[in-house]
Amino acid sequence: MAKYIVKRILMGILTAFVVATLTFFIMNLVPGGPFLAEKAVTPQAQAAMEAKYGLDKPLFQQYLTYMGGLLHGDLGVSLKKRGFTVADIIGNRFPVSARLGGIAVLVAVLIGVPLGSLSAFNRGKAADNIIIVFSTAGIAIPSFLTCTLLMYFLSVKMKLLPSLGLDTPASYIMPVIALSLYPASYITRLMRSSMLDVIGQDYMRTARAKGVPAYKAVFKHALRNAILPVVTYLGPLLAYLMTGSFIVEKIFTIPGLGQEFVSAIPSRDYPLIMGTTIFLACFIILMNVIVDIAYAFIDPRIKLK
Amino acid sequence: MKKCVALALSAVLMASVCLAGCGKKEAGGGDSGAAAAPAEQGKTLSVQVGPSPETIDPALNSAVDGANMIIHAFEGLLKFDKDNNIVPGLAESYDISADGLTWTFHLRDGLKWSDGSDLTADDFVYSWKRVADPNTAAPYGYDLLNYVKGYDEAEAGNVDALAVSAPDAKTFVVELNNPCVYFDKICAFAVMVPVQQAAVEANGESWSTNPDTYVTDGPYYMTEYTDGSRIVFSKNPNYWDAGSVTFDTIIWNLIEDSNAAYSAYQNGDIDMIKDVPTEEIPSLEGNSEFYVDPIMGTYYVSFNTQKAPFDDPKVREALSLAIDREYVAGTIMQGTYSPAKNFVGPGISDEAAGSSFEEVTTQKYGDHFDVSNYEADLEKAKKLLADAGYPDGAGFPEFEYLTNDAGYHKPVAEYLQSAWKELGLTMTINIQEWKTVTADRRNGNFDVARNGWVFDWDDPSNMVNLLETGNGNNDGKYSNPEFDKAVDDARTTTDLKVHYEKLHEAEQIALNDAAMAPVAYYNDFWLQKGNLKGTWHSPYGYWYFMYGSLE
Repeated sequence: MAKYIVKRILMGILTAFVVATLTFFIMNLVPGGPFLAEKAVTPQAQAAMEAKYGLDKPLFQQYLTYMGGLLHGDLGVSLKKRGFTVADIIGNRFPVSARLGGIAVLVAVLIGVPLGSLSAFNRGKAADNIIIVFSTAGIAIPSFLTCTLLMYFLSVKMKLLPSLGLDTPASYIMPVIALSLYPASYITRLMRSSMLDVIGQDYMRTARAKGVPAYKAVFKHALRNAILPVVTYLGPLLAYLMTGSFIVEKIFTIPGLGQEFVSAIPSRDYPLIMGTTIFLACFIILMNVIVDIAYAFIDPRIKLK
Repeated sequence: MKKCVALALSAVLMASVCLAGCGKKEAGGGDSGAAAAPAEQGKTLSVQVGPSPETIDPALNSAVDGANMIIHAFEGLLKFDKDNNIVPGLAESYDISADGLTWTFHLRDGLKWSDGSDLTADDFVYSWKRVADPNTAAPYGYDLLNYVKGYDEAEAGNVDALAVSAPDAKTFVVELNNPCVYFDKICAFAVMVPVQQAAVEANGESWSTNPDTYVTDGPYYMTEYTDGSRIVFSKNPNYWDAGSVTFDTIIWNLIEDSNAAYSAYQNGDIDMIKDVPTEEIPSLEGNSEFYVDPIMGTYYVSFNTQKAPFDDPKVREALSLAIDREYVAGTIMQGTYSPAKNFVGPGISDEAAGSSFEEVTTQKYGDHFDVSNYEADLEKAKKLLADAGYPDGAGFPEFEYLTNDAGYHKPVAEYLQSAWKELGLTMTINIQEWKTVTADRRNGNFDVARNGWVFDWDDPSNMVNLLETGNGNNDGKYSNPEFDKAVDDARTTTDLKVHYEKLHEAEQIALNDAAMAPVAYYNDFWLQKGNLKGTWHSPYGYWYFMYGSLE
């Protein structure tokens, strides 16, 4: 397995390199630049700023400089948040997003897995129907709508929860609901269908026929097999939620990383675009490796090679 | 086995829990609740003037939201009062030599930085040179300092060539190349405030993002900076006029989304917000907490004057006259703008103290656009178009209107499409991302484009000069030697009267040539709680909160 992990990590580094290279050249193809403002600065000031950040050099040379810095772990300085390095921004903001996203994933799993199982065991009954309706709605409702409705009722109308930031535990409630609604619904549905699959299997019948109690059959035999698709889904889910959601962070004014992914692009903050993209790529790769390892624990038949 | 499943599950979730755990430790700066709590016990004002500022380093700033914070943290030689008059700041008084070239400022006694150290004239020498230094790359360096002798050399790298000096600790002397009748206004500009050499040099650009190194000389100093969340200012006891400062704490909420700002305002978390969602404006009309106040600036349309048929002034004037400005400002822009009657709008002073450039224009020349009688202007437009060889728009090529989609830009574009249809013209709307619009417009890659200007300082030349041949912001590439001469005369004169006369002349030339089509004057519109008194808003787009109170 160690060999497998090393192989995956090497592949990951290669992927990150390709992502970095493509992003670098694509972002430079887009018209405009970081110092282009509605009010033209004088050519002198423009030249001085470009010289200061090395943007006056030929593109390929800029690329080499950047990649050289990257090898040393230097992500450069932000061009639009003066005084912050890209590493500062990621270092300050990622923990905020990660904490929020981690809680949201936990909530999604804790709701989705039991509800999906419940739904499967009660197939066709009222409980199943209700769960299906809610999980379908949860998938269909976009998060900006959830956020807006939550904000309107819980914060503006009832004044129960703060509308800004993450200063108190109560501030987490709305963003976590908004972030976990979709994955919880999705996990419910995944869990339901895979559980239905599993409980129809011969070994389940055998287990029950041999007198294994229902709860034991479920936990020992069914759940373990049925949860595999959920685990697969958790890899990218963790990566996306923990690196922050643009919409949720914007609406609730959360100083997370999600906003930076998006706002770096219109402001042409080149180092920040590169830094956030490479960071996201690495994080997704890492999460996928972790999920693969988790597979091996859950299902001994899976051998990592 | 059950244990095993649990183990496996937790292996996956470990990542989230573990990273979330580390997060808590690392986010010391992000966990703002604890830091802000003690400060909130005194008289605290919570406001929103924009999202995270690009910078609050005075020399690097070129944005209004950054300037709003800077004027609360710093004070320059001179400053503005409630009525937008220049009043003494750190300089108690100043003398101008007879030829208008040497300005001598006398600083107050006992000035101190927020860290308690002494502030002297040398700090001004350092700060002004820093603005001129190419290594600082200050966006406004040229605009503000090109009047000062030696700027060209300083900009090329020899910073000490800039003719600013401190003969003693309390005297600061500036020598100019040419007389500049509005140099006092430049001295009051937020970029020209002093910064502390020690703090800046020890910390590089990050000095302005860290409360420990953001040493200030104005009413407030910084006690917290959480990017994407808030900046907290506390009253500076070392400020010379600290006695007049009322709020102990100002919290600048850095909110990106106007709906989020509005929600926070509604549930009482914030006392004043600048970013009001435009869709709420109809419901806010008549609300005593909703304010609309002019800022110095004009929303206009640029024509590519180098490209037929827009090289013909008659065509440009026809397009311009066909715009119902009252309707655009009042209905499409929901009354948050005012119809433009000329190019230079309200808020800009004229020669006499307290006078308005625009009012003088109206008295002397009459308004260029009769906004109350649009029908007459439309008839003129049709006639002009026929004179230009396109009766009822026949033979006029299809053209494009370049704009980005923000604020009212798109509805205005759609209105223009229908207004110009009245003339028989076909216009298509080309919506591009903002940076693309800016780049294309600057490179002359357009037919007609949205444009706008907010004044940097209160002198008409700041906007009128945009139409000068070779100006970097002359997107329409308008060029008229007569106009160029008038603005040049205005620039070099020592006589305030001549200065304004020449600028009036230049504005008239540009309007008669339809160098651009002014559409509306900018206003700021904002929400402010009824119990917040004593603050004011200036035509610069700045709010002055330091003397206010919550009753």
